[in-house]
Amino acid sequence: MSALYEVEDLRLSLADMTKKPLFGAAPRLEILKGMSFTIPRGAVMGIVGGSGSGKSTLGRALVRLLEPSAGSVRFGGTDITHLGEAELRPLRRRFQMIFQDPMSSLNPRHTVGTIIAEPMRLHGFDDVAGRVGRALDHVGLPRGFSARYPHELSGGQRQRVGIARAIALEPEFILADEIVSGLDVSSQAQVLNLLEGLVRELGLTLAFISHDLSVIRRLCSRVLVLHHGLIVEDRETAALFADPQAAYTRELLEAIPLPDPDQVWA
Amino acid sequence: MSYLTIRDLEVRLKDGGRLLRRVSLSVAAGEVRGLVGESGAGKSMIGKAILGILPRSVAVTGGEILLDGVDLQGLAPAERRRRIGATCALIPQDPLTALNPSHRVGPQITDRLVDILGWERKRAEARARELLAEVHIPDPERVMRAYPHELSGGMRQRILIASAFAAEPKLIVADEPTTALDVTVQKQILKLIKEMQERHGTALLFVTHDLGVVSKVCQSLTVLYAGMVVEDTDVRSFFRAPGHAYSRALLAATPKYTDPAASLTPVPEAVIAAVRAEVAATDRGAA
Repeated sequence: MSALYEVEDLRLSLADMTKKPLFGAAPRLEILKGMSFTIPRGAVMGIVGGSGSGKSTLGRALVRLLEPSAGSVRFGGTDITHLGEAELRPLRRRFQMIFQDPMSSLNPRHTVGTIIAEPMRLHGFDDVAGRVGRALDHVGLPRGFSARYPHELSGGQRQRVGIARAIALEPEFILADEIVSGLDVSSQAQVLNLLEGLVRELGLTLAFISHDLSVIRRLCSRVLVLHHGLIVEDRETAALFADPQAAYTRELLEAIPLPDPDQVWA
Repeated sequence: MSYLTIRDLEVRLKDGGRLLRRVSLSVAAGEVRGLVGESGAGKSMIGKAILGILPRSVAVTGGEILLDGVDLQGLAPAERRRRIGATCALIPQDPLTALNPSHRVGPQITDRLVDILGWERKRAEARARELLAEVHIPDPERVMRAYPHELSGGMRQRILIASAFAAEPKLIVADEPTTALDVTVQKQILKLIKEMQERHGTALLFVTHDLGVVSKVCQSLTVLYAGMVVEDTDVRSFFRAPGHAYSRALLAATPKYTDPAASLTPVPEAVIAAVRAEVAATDRGAA
């Protein structure tokens, strides 16, 4: 299996606005402190860690919403680390993103149909209407939903629209950042089952950011565990859960409250 | 004798829409009762009804809420507020919005004791220091002078817990108190809430959507669907064999990292149809 993403010694620092003096530049805060890993084609890569561990920043560096300050990110053999926006634009169709909060990532003034069609128009697709319909089929929403507005949908349905928008562009890679953390368990199960089916059916590569190891266990083939901007563990899912190596991974696992009153939770 | 007893509580929107449908439950001193359900099931609404902080668009239209045997609905508003203020407290979900960002932490704990319970400021401050130490905050003096943004999420939640226990309430409503926290911090906070509750013998109504959390902190639980009680049972029998099809489905939809082979099943349409029919039947019974 060839690697879709090759990441080497990725570093990223951002301005620390909480320490900014009244005049002058804010000091830089290093968020990612040197990460190296690859994402094989067809993998479902789980990215897990506590808040502030750098999981969202890493995701945003992969789809180049943020520019790394050092190291390199190669996507399908192309070095995208420091590409400018004009050079990135044709590549953007190939790596898409699904956001955590569908209410703030779907334009409330646009219909579902427009929301899904807009990126396809920007990328010059033909037969946009037909593709919108097929994207809705894929995520299990009736085609009639293309005339509805986001506020008319439930949380789970909105998240499906986000997924439809991403897959409509026929990307090779999708970044899903905490996409089920706002959902009830029942909708969460539906979205996870849907995502699992789509990955197989469309041959997608997926990076799935989550703080919930039970969800990661269910969906992912490989897991990166992040802690304070470093990778503390990079393993196959089954191996990671059978025998966690890093102390932080064990701490995370032991902290999860299982729905079982007999679990030892010392 | 239960400290809190709710009988046939009905809460409606001003336009008549039902939010709570003849809800009955009770919490005894020293008991932790979980209140679970999906979003919109009315979990928080029950807590708000007890504490008398329902939104303006919503009102209690039937049933009774008894605190220590006294029906709150039967009291004059001022007397009701005094009674709730003196005996109940809330641990809110989001520790950042619950604390005022432009005031230091200390006064935010002591003001309630001084203004509502009429304590002397010196005594309230001593009590606040004592409580911050009790929730394992290392340097209470410094924290009391700090502003909320200077503290971590876990630390802020500790402060709200200390504040909730400040006036030795008989009943605490905890509304998703750990949903905004990391799992490792969540564990510490849940253990702390449990420790405080046991030491003070408080009745605790614990609102959450997380069945894992319920199994760790609660003795009994009430499952809600669309504002109706679907199941009321003790935690052990619930996790051994949930009594209602909806509860079973909810449990089956909850992922467990120890059981990866189990397929995650969304709540089946048939179960939803059946529980909706029960809701419709209670509505007919009430009308």
